[in-house]
Amino acid sequence: MSATIVEKIFSRKCGKEIRAGEVVMAPLDGAMIHDITGPLAIQKFYEMGGKKVFDPKRIIMLFDHQIPADSIEAANNHVYMRKFAFEQDIHNYDINEGVCHQVTIEKGRAAPGEIVVGADSHTCMYGATGAFATGIGSTDMGFALKFGALYFKVPETIRAEVSGKFPRRVGAKDLILAIAHDIGADGATYKAIEFTGKIVRKLDMAGRMTLCNMAIEMGGKAGIVAPDKITWEYMKGRRKMKPFELDSDPDATFAEKRSYDVSDLEPQVAVPHNVDTGVPVSKVAGTHVDQVFIGSCTNGRFEDLKEAAEVLGKKKFSPKIRTIIIPASRDEYLKTLKAGLIEKFVKAGALVEAPCCGPCMGGAFGLIAPGEVSLSTSNRNFKGRQGSTDGKVYLCSPATAAASAITGEITDPREV
Amino acid sequence: MAAKKSIPVRKIAPESGPVAKNARTWKFGDNIDTDAIIPGRFLTINNPDELAKHAFEGTRDEYAKKVKPGDVIVGGRNFGCGSSREHAPLALVGGGVKVVVARSFARIFFRNSINVGVLPVVCPDADKIADGAAIRLDIKEGFIEADNKKYAIEPVPEFMQGIIDAGGLVEYAKGLKETPACTR
Ligand code: SF4
Repeated sequence: MSATIVEKIFSRKCGKEIRAGEVVMAPLDGAMIHDITGPLAIQKFYEMGGKKVFDPKRIIMLFDHQIPADSIEAANNHVYMRKFAFEQDIHNYDINEGVCHQVTIEKGRAAPGEIVVGADSHTCMYGATGAFATGIGSTDMGFALKFGALYFKVPETIRAEVSGKFPRRVGAKDLILAIAHDIGADGATYKAIEFTGKIVRKLDMAGRMTLCNMAIEMGGKAGIVAPDKITWEYMKGRRKMKPFELDSDPDATFAEKRSYDVSDLEPQVAVPHNVDTGVPVSKVAGTHVDQVFIGSCTNGRFEDLKEAAEVLGKKKFSPKIRTIIIPASRDEYLKTLKAGLIEKFVKAGALVEAPCCGPCMGGAFGLIAPGEVSLSTSNRNFKGRQGSTDGKVYLCSPATAAASAITGEITDPREV
Repeated sequence: MAAKKSIPVRKIAPESGPVAKNARTWKFGDNIDTDAIIPGRFLTINNPDELAKHAFEGTRDEYAKKVKPGDVIVGGRNFGCGSSREHAPLALVGGGVKVVVARSFARIFFRNSINVGVLPVVCPDADKIADGAAIRLDIKEGFIEADNKKYAIEPVPEFMQGIIDAGGLVEYAKGLKETPACTR
């Protein structure tokens, strides 16, 4: 019987045919908790009568939102979580590795065909590996930690097929902003979005992660890319697994099929205060910015920083604005460092921080004042997301961010 | 006689009961995100009462000061979109809010709400309900009454009912020895 990739994942795990719409208590291959939602999850685990977690080896803990601790409360939360990790024998990456989603994938904690949950909405990013991964709240995570299973309504799938050829300086972020604009902020609620087609097959893992990361911005339960040679190559050294076939059958039942051709796609910018507001950069070019942030789980990988560096060339970042660059993880940081890009960024006038969420969540540092404008490669531009509710956040690609950081206003990366 | 749409909600709002008497509404628009419900800088707080002091800060500042137990939040489409932070429904719980009515909900918020004891009620006509309206909920009969007008509400998905009946996921989990994996 034909099935979508998501239906196949649930069917494989449960050893029986499962279709979208069914509710199952599915076994989990992995779970991730971080410093913001982790303390509550642990509290709930205990309230549920939890004593030992289901399997310490399948749980990953790390701190990324407020590191190094930016307040006594944050420090306290870290202490609480460290103690839990120690007592339960859970591997705690603490403050050392970077943004949770990047680290989870890098460390091989999500793999093709697996079911993984994270106490963070952008957990859907792990779908780039061909896993079914979804963000959950802390109480659900408490349950997951205790039982190693969680009830799911198996989602229907929206199949987004992408063809054409990316124009120069246009990439995965522009594509996903365009898709979000097309599908809308709640157009994929309760559904999975499967990215496929010639363009997706050619995309590197970094680009696939950018796509899947933002499935939640359309309300999606998961984003997913069927594993292929690129995926299995990436998994090497991270997981001992034999490659296997996993893809939607062409005649599977999809909620919808949508197709996109990127050949004429312009760099996209999502304007305040919603993510589905993407417009071509030409519509907002010239808008003054006060702060540019290049980083986050959406676009903080080496490939993103390399693109920013290429746009920068021999130029300098505008001294009139703040340019903050944060690699998403220690691995990405090291790659960027070895390529000489950190030095380049610092010399060009950027503030380069150690791997963490940075200004993305507006919780720790890099907040904006009332009336200020932030241009960011992250995934959310909600009112107040990066500081004052009277500030504005625009979202764009690393190339557009770099171009704009040079001029101090929103700028088409093809024009610098 | 036509069969009534019955929505058996029992223990989710044990203090006030499922019917919020003399409650008023706090009306919000479409796409109210969890950053608006509780901004990121307050997420080090885990206590509902403390969180409630900052609910809707910067979005609707008088809310935290004036919200009363039993009040009902009314939203438009896609209420609670964005982050998975359970601090959002907890910030509502801290203010004594037990019910959120909206045209539609974002997935994680919907589930988190039920898990922590806030009932998300889908009402296709939520837009017609005024801010500050006197609101009465009759979940059993499947309607809400705001300023003397009745609006139909949708039943909660069946599989969530067990959790609602238990009074939230913590209570539900306490009663479980193990989870029979892959049961439906
Ligand atoms: S980088 Fe931003 S979106 Fe990603 S996990 Fe951190 S706060 Fe969340």
